[in-house]
Amino acid sequence: MTDTYILLVIAVSALVTAAIRFLPFLIFNGSRSTPPIIDKLGKTLPYAIMAMLVVYCLKGVSFASLSSFVPSLLACAIVVLLHVWKRNTLVSIVSGTVCYMLLVQLVF
Amino acid sequence: MNKTLKTAFVSTIPVMTGYLVLGFGFGIVMNSSGFDWWAALAMSLFIYAGSMQYVAIGLMTGGASLITVALTTLMVNARHLFYGISMLDRYKNTGKNKPYLIFALTDETYSLVCTDNPTIAPEQRNNYYFLVSILDQLYWVGGTLLGVAVGSLINFNSEGIDFALTALFVTVFVDQWLSSKKHGPALIGLGVSVLCLVIFGSDSFLIPTMLGIAVLLCIMKEGDGND
Repeated sequence: MTDTYILLVIAVSALVTAAIRFLPFLIFNGSRSTPPIIDKLGKTLPYAIMAMLVVYCLKGVSFASLSSFVPSLLACAIVVLLHVWKRNTLVSIVSGTVCYMLLVQLVF
Repeated sequence: MNKTLKTAFVSTIPVMTGYLVLGFGFGIVMNSSGFDWWAALAMSLFIYAGSMQYVAIGLMTGGASLITVALTTLMVNARHLFYGISMLDRYKNTGKNKPYLIFALTDETYSLVCTDNPTIAPEQRNNYYFLVSILDQLYWVGGTLLGVAVGSLINFNSEGIDFALTALFVTVFVDQWLSSKKHGPALIGLGVSVLCLVIFGSDSFLIPTMLGIAVLLCIMKEGDGND
């Protein structure tokens, strides 16, 4: 692996990522008012997308063996319960992550 | 401004936890895969997309072509299109900060700026968006450098540390669920994602999921929304 190759990969990945992030702002820019349908999407998307991100993070879960679903689902349950109870994001994240790490490193 | 900085800092604490941990993990993996520190730093500064940076390590060690790198980035990061769409209005009058705000719109930053923070006065919102964005990237870059440094000194078992990301999204999801009366969009997101995951498999479910969510949200009746 040469330094040039590494730099090129970083450049390509950075450019594509930035292009994706800038695209909506370039399409629906300034003077033209945003179409109502895009407005509506903009308001409802945050709720749907957060659900998608959770599923995206859990995409490796399978029910083929205990070790492939117990740690992540158990840790998620802990995060949800703690969060509904305490509403303290920091406590929920740290507790869930520590549980998960202990489960995958020591138990399964 | 100081009050805004304080509010911004407090609201970024969860992301700080997640980013320091995940950035740290990224630095460790970069180091153990044989990369120099500058490569890790450049990725966290210029790509600044957590999951894609992890994926890129595998691409580089496997010697993937630049076309493969571009297509993989497109697939992994396509969800960011949605963040832009839902931030069009909020980021409309952000002036000279706008390019950076858009560049720095990661999953985590989006999760903080996509809903209103009631303690921020309307005229302070632009500052708040900017401070949240820059603090988040500082955590990410800081975590990366820390990981590279520690990784070259000690052997640390970081297996499972990436769960911090999952936990962050779960807490945001729970917050959104508890603070809104109508759960239509959240349920559509959950249902379509699980369905597409089962049908298309874990490597290729994101694109059909995004299409499905967009179509269903568009045809959903106004009354089912969150406002």
